[in-house]
Amino acid sequence: MADVKVADQEVSKGFDPRLIGKDQSGADDQDAESGKMVQFVSFKVDDSEYGIDIMAVREIQGWVEVTKLPNTPEHVRGVLNLRGIIVPIFDLRCRFGDGLTEATDLHVMIIIAVGDRIMGLLVDAVSDILTINTEDILPVPEIEGGGDKRFLSGLITVQERMVALLEIEKLFDIESLVQQVVAAE
Amino acid sequence: MLPSAHDDPFAQFKVTFFEECSELLTDVEQHLADLESGDFEGETLHAIFRAVHSIKAGAGAFSFTRMVNFSHKFEYLLDELREGKLEVDPDMVSTLFRAFDVLSDLVSFAQNGEAVEDSYGQDALDRIEEYLSGQNGGASTDAAGGAAPEAGAEASSAAAKELGLEDTSQGMSGATPVQTKPGEKHFRIEFTPSEAMYRHANEPLLIIRELSDLGRTETTIDVSRLPTLQALEPEDAYFSWVFDLWTTADRDDIDEVFEFVVDDCDLTIVTLDSSDQVVAVDVSPCHEDAGGDGFGFFIDEMDIQAGNVSAVAPKAAPKPSAPAAKTNAKPSAPAPKVAAKGPSAASPKAVSIRVDVERVDKLVNMVGELVITQSMLAQEVGHTENGPSDRVVSGMDELSMHIRELQENVMSIRMQPVKSVFSRMPRIVRDVSKKLDKKVRLVTIGEDTEVDKTVVEELADPLTHMIRNSLDHGLETPAERLEAGKSEEGTIQLSAEHRGGRIIIEIIDDGRGINREKVLSLAKEKGVVAPDAALSENEIDNLIFAPGFSTAEEVTDLSGRGVGMDVVRRNIQSLGGRVSVQSFPGKGTRFQLTLPLTLAVLDGMIVSIADQKFVIPINSIIETVRPEASDVEQLVDGGRVIRIRGEYIRVLPVSRIFGLPGGEQDPSKGLVILVEIEGSRTVGLLVDELAGQQQVVIKSLESNYKAVEGVSSATILGNGSVCLILDVDALSQMPVLDAVPARKNTNGRARISHDQSRKSVRSDMGSEEIGHAHQRQSSGNDNTMGAHVAAE
Repeated sequence: MADVKVADQEVSKGFDPRLIGKDQSGADDQDAESGKMVQFVSFKVDDSEYGIDIMAVREIQGWVEVTKLPNTPEHVRGVLNLRGIIVPIFDLRCRFGDGLTEATDLHVMIIIAVGDRIMGLLVDAVSDILTINTEDILPVPEIEGGGDKRFLSGLITVQERMVALLEIEKLFDIESLVQQVVAAE
Repeated sequence: MLPSAHDDPFAQFKVTFFEECSELLTDVEQHLADLESGDFEGETLHAIFRAVHSIKAGAGAFSFTRMVNFSHKFEYLLDELREGKLEVDPDMVSTLFRAFDVLSDLVSFAQNGEAVEDSYGQDALDRIEEYLSGQNGGASTDAAGGAAPEAGAEASSAAAKELGLEDTSQGMSGATPVQTKPGEKHFRIEFTPSEAMYRHANEPLLIIRELSDLGRTETTIDVSRLPTLQALEPEDAYFSWVFDLWTTADRDDIDEVFEFVVDDCDLTIVTLDSSDQVVAVDVSPCHEDAGGDGFGFFIDEMDIQAGNVSAVAPKAAPKPSAPAAKTNAKPSAPAPKVAAKGPSAASPKAVSIRVDVERVDKLVNMVGELVITQSMLAQEVGHTENGPSDRVVSGMDELSMHIRELQENVMSIRMQPVKSVFSRMPRIVRDVSKKLDKKVRLVTIGEDTEVDKTVVEELADPLTHMIRNSLDHGLETPAERLEAGKSEEGTIQLSAEHRGGRIIIEIIDDGRGINREKVLSLAKEKGVVAPDAALSENEIDNLIFAPGFSTAEEVTDLSGRGVGMDVVRRNIQSLGGRVSVQSFPGKGTRFQLTLPLTLAVLDGMIVSIADQKFVIPINSIIETVRPEASDVEQLVDGGRVIRIRGEYIRVLPVSRIFGLPGGEQDPSKGLVILVEIEGSRTVGLLVDELAGQQQVVIKSLESNYKAVEGVSSATILGNGSVCLILDVDALSQMPVLDAVPARKNTNGRARISHDQSRKSVRSDMGSEEIGHAHQRQSSGNDNTMGAHVAAE
């Protein structure tokens, strides 16, 4: 219920372009009454921009070849040696159903922690760190056929661009679901 | 974990308590086994007593009433034993074992927070009671005293004398000689229990008895703390004592008497010479000392207590009343604190420390990283343009040496003697042989052999099962044995030794051996082997490890638990080990377990399959061959077999099982690594080439991802890349994928990799290292590889 209420306020605010600008610049002066400030790391996959909670991000690393795992879903690119820890790397483009990323040195892996697991997301580029008010997060509209909605927690508008916020727990849940299905087959 | 871990402020202490309980119980079991074998001394009984007492003390602190009540009686029985009032006979041993079982169960009930029936363990209590009631009335009344012995209950006449209560005035009690005899020392001990002593399940009476066992004592009691009847708290301790002890025993022995209460009292022990002059001032041992057998969670309190001990000249009169020992906890002088450290430093007990396994594992991991980094560095240095300078080379050599040494030492921290598992076996032999009416002697050899903690823990189940198996199936009944011209008593020998970086555990019995006819016919009957199969003797012997196989004619309650030797084999294999059996009909059977010393590293053969590197555990490799094209046969189902020395061996095309594009598909052009899989079967893994042999650090895939079929774990190679370790058993059961993705490339790539593999096979085969590795593994087939290489 709380989400819906926040969303309603958002819709009315969303019509005032000045507010959006203010949200970006005057982020620090926001008082408690207007909600909590949160930070997201934003990155690009193709032309779309996504955001991920900065608290989950452990590090960002340039793409290096990873070791392929046999008989795993296509979007599981393989495992990486991250200072002695074996970390699985997921191809986010492929996860979104747009085929494998042809990874080059310019691509990056965002290493994130989900629960007590460490994993990496292969993306095209990291663009920014966004500080936003939770009140400015818009709900994801119902999309025909579900689409990405299942692992998006919300949408924000930054300088007229839409940034989709990723819900990593859900992304990971789906991840394990997909794997269970594959394993069952 | 404890269910109440979050809301219980003592949860952490309880964890420590249960950890210590399990260690203590292991000790008790070991000592009980000694008792049973008759190979024991007074010290054995003392050790059991101490362990039970420790458990009682801890249980009291956490109000595990049942445990306290039970251990209290158990302790009494032990006390009578060690005082020689009762005899250690077989019946007594079995009572002790039963009591031990009940105590272990009570501990585990308490640990799991399970409720215990009131009648639980009553049989053991009754048996103990029987023994005790045969004793003087004083002791049994005492024994019935229960959990929180009250001062009143102890005041029976016998106890009263010992307590020094006989004469309630503060005078000397009895007419004990006061002269110090030659060789004796005179100690004066001032002992003021804290009020809470009884509530902590400690009992001054026992201490006093123990003290008087050391020599002649003079006891003075101070009852000045005793309040009026109205103010008296029945569970509080009010008395304090001064003992004069003339003994030949050492100071350490006296410390030991007070070991359990040292944190719970004011204690001063001084040595006096014959003229009552102070020659040495000593204070009670500080907590490091008591930590050896006591409970770690008392440490903080002990710190205070250590400061509380006053290093003063002996007083003729007992200490003035100290109503609350704890509130009184002010250091009387700064000096005692320093002095308190003294005795402990010299104490022989402070030789080990308790360390969290997690910390050790972290260390093991770090060193693993170091090894990888070092090999990475070595590789890099080797590749520099003009070659490394001499100093760099020698520096790298030294570094490598030190790191190896460091690794070995760190690994050894996790090492434990197999004793902890072996010590459980006498018990099993005893119980089972009794049930089966067989006479059996168990001989254990090499129980100090060390192996990784995890291996030790995982060893218990398979070993138990194998011992049971030997008792049940291997050894004959006494009558049968006599008939066969053997001694009535059968022997099972359990031994452990290090050999070639692995631990070898053997279980040898002198029984009837494996009945091969029966095994074979049963195997055929059960469809384990084909009806017309012709098997070698050794193969028949090994059939007992086949899944679903049991030779017991009738299902006893020992066999027929749904656990067969196949489970043993699987358990051992999951530890990276193997098990084999050798039978000598009429003479006996020998089971041999070979296990890695550690699960942190393994010796691996690095192979290349479809341009990707994989590790195959060396211990599963039998030999490596490149078959002639004429030895490769195609089966109707599309699978391939190769013929080696008249046998057909299935070839697993790893690249196709894993769905990797490329990779050699023709066994005669690639390499076939013969590996042993579950059930002593051999399969061949088709690989492109060998890339070398090295020890690898095992990393889990599951901690951040999940298990991948056909892959047991991963490792990191010298170049920093992740390399997967193959699970050959799982591989052999995986389906072969029909179509390899990107098939278009297959032909071209196969040819290239084929050429490469030919080249590298030759050079690799020349390498000493691999040659040795194979000779070690090929066991009697040493020339095979040479022959095949020559055939190339």
